[in-house]
Amino acid sequence: MVSEYVDFIVQRMDDILLFSAQHLQLSFTAILIAIAIGVPLGIVMMMLPRISPLILGISNAVQAMPSLALMGFMVPLLGIGSTPSIVMVIVYALLPIIKNTYTGLTGIDKAIIEAGTGMGMTEFQLMTMVRIPLALPIIMAGIRISAVMAVGYTTLAALIGAGGLGQLIYRGISMVNSKMILAGAVPAMVLALLIDRLFSFLERLVTPKGIKL
Amino acid sequence: MIKFENITKKYGDTEVIKGVSMEIKDGEFVVLIGPSGCGKTTCLKMINRLIEPSSGTIYIDGQDISKMDPIELRRNIGYVIQQIGLFPHMTVRQNIELVPLLKKWPKEKRLKRVEELLNLVGLPPEQYMNRFPSELSGGQRQRVGVARALASDPDIILMDEPFSAIDPIARTQLQDELYELQEKLKKTIVFVTHDIDEALKLADRICIMRDGTVVQFDTPEEILKNPASEFVENLIGKKRIWRKPELVSVKDIMITNPVKALPSRTLAQAVEIMAESGVDSVLVVDGKNRLLGIVTAENIRKNKDRAKKLEEIYTRDLYTVRPEASVVEAFRLMSQKKIGYVPVVDEDNVLQGLVTRSTLVNLLGENLE
Repeated sequence: MVSEYVDFIVQRMDDILLFSAQHLQLSFTAILIAIAIGVPLGIVMMMLPRISPLILGISNAVQAMPSLALMGFMVPLLGIGSTPSIVMVIVYALLPIIKNTYTGLTGIDKAIIEAGTGMGMTEFQLMTMVRIPLALPIIMAGIRISAVMAVGYTTLAALIGAGGLGQLIYRGISMVNSKMILAGAVPAMVLALLIDRLFSFLERLVTPKGIKL
Repeated sequence: MIKFENITKKYGDTEVIKGVSMEIKDGEFVVLIGPSGCGKTTCLKMINRLIEPSSGTIYIDGQDISKMDPIELRRNIGYVIQQIGLFPHMTVRQNIELVPLLKKWPKEKRLKRVEELLNLVGLPPEQYMNRFPSELSGGQRQRVGVARALASDPDIILMDEPFSAIDPIARTQLQDELYELQEKLKKTIVFVTHDIDEALKLADRICIMRDGTVVQFDTPEEILKNPASEFVENLIGKKRIWRKPELVSVKDIMITNPVKALPSRTLAQAVEIMAESGVDSVLVVDGKNRLLGIVTAENIRKNKDRAKKLEEIYTRDLYTVRPEASVVEAFRLMSQKKIGYVPVVDEDNVLQGLVTRSTLVNLLGENLE
């Protein structure tokens, strides 16, 4: 059984590598865009606490929507291919990033912020020199969760013709070929785990030295 | 000079500062003290505009600070808060050079200043400069906090309960160091605390606050000698007033259960009572505790007949003091009359207690601390 599977993998190596590359590309594009939207949104939420429940509410609701249904809505709006699938993944990846950015920025000891203000730091300096460096590990933790989730959601992208490892899985399902399903699923899992490792490394990298101890 | 003019602060309907006016002179160390919620921290934070008054004006060197740029103002005022105010992600050096950095000092000048300041607060720069706050003890962190506040050589330094989170031994040391530092630097320091010991130890003048008003603003000596109200008395504490012997009354220090005996006792019994309590005299009182006289071991030794009653031999004329008299009076009496003790009686001659030389010596001992 196992040797059969290995044989199958070896045979399909080219496909698997191609789809993995597509998969990674889709997920990374989505994550990068999600970071570019989510982190600023978290900062906005911190600066305008009045609108923060609204933003959190919307992202929570979107998160709760079934992914298949969301994709269904995407197609008439954005057609098929990589664009709608990236948009879908972004939507799901946003919440952990927004939430962690917001929590990280607001969870800083008030005394530290007061010290900074009292010493004559401008809001901008306080943000760039104090808040963000201190919140960075928490923000990175959010990004890590999003990244792992993105790799998972990207398998759905195959449904609307964006490619990726999902393609092997769906092909396997329709052909009732479990080896084919596994050929898509196992690499997707490996990718997710690798991404998790990568981001946890980054998380440690951005943690300021003084608070690591 | 910092001048508060009719400062009030309201949060909604509650007025937390009710018309405070005061002047803090250049080079003066002023301590704001009072129970929590009295407005001391609020007043402090108004000086660097972390809190804006609802009405009234604060002047620094004659300039209305509400018309100054708050960022610029704050950069020219040192600010020390409890130990957590250090930036945990910055090294000691980065923490100290922050304000100079904000003021765009060149790198060499900043480094020189950091070294200078660390030496000043007793932390060898080569050893501590690159450490993070989490690698320092509470006392060391606070030294860094003080160094940071001094970084751009401000004339005014605000300190908000800087030593409250530090263990008592380190705190005493930091207080001493701050005092010495101030002797050298002569900054204008406004210091908030709730610890009266700290206030008395450090302040040139103490501003006692309660419910948003200034109750008394005076030198520690004046406050100890002439507390403006009962509130102030309680704040400085009964024990504290003892530091000024003329303010201590006899009743505060007297022995309240002196050895006494009824006149009907025999000499043998009196000897027994004295031996039991380890004293060499016994006060003779009647059934209503009224003082009749005294019998000393000396008196008894002269009488061979131990069956004699005390009433036959006790000394009737003795000096007494009232409970309200000051210890200075009692002390004077004892040294003039060359006696080692003086009984304390009220107006009806009822015995209240006894003051001895050793009680007074103990009191003086406390004063010398």
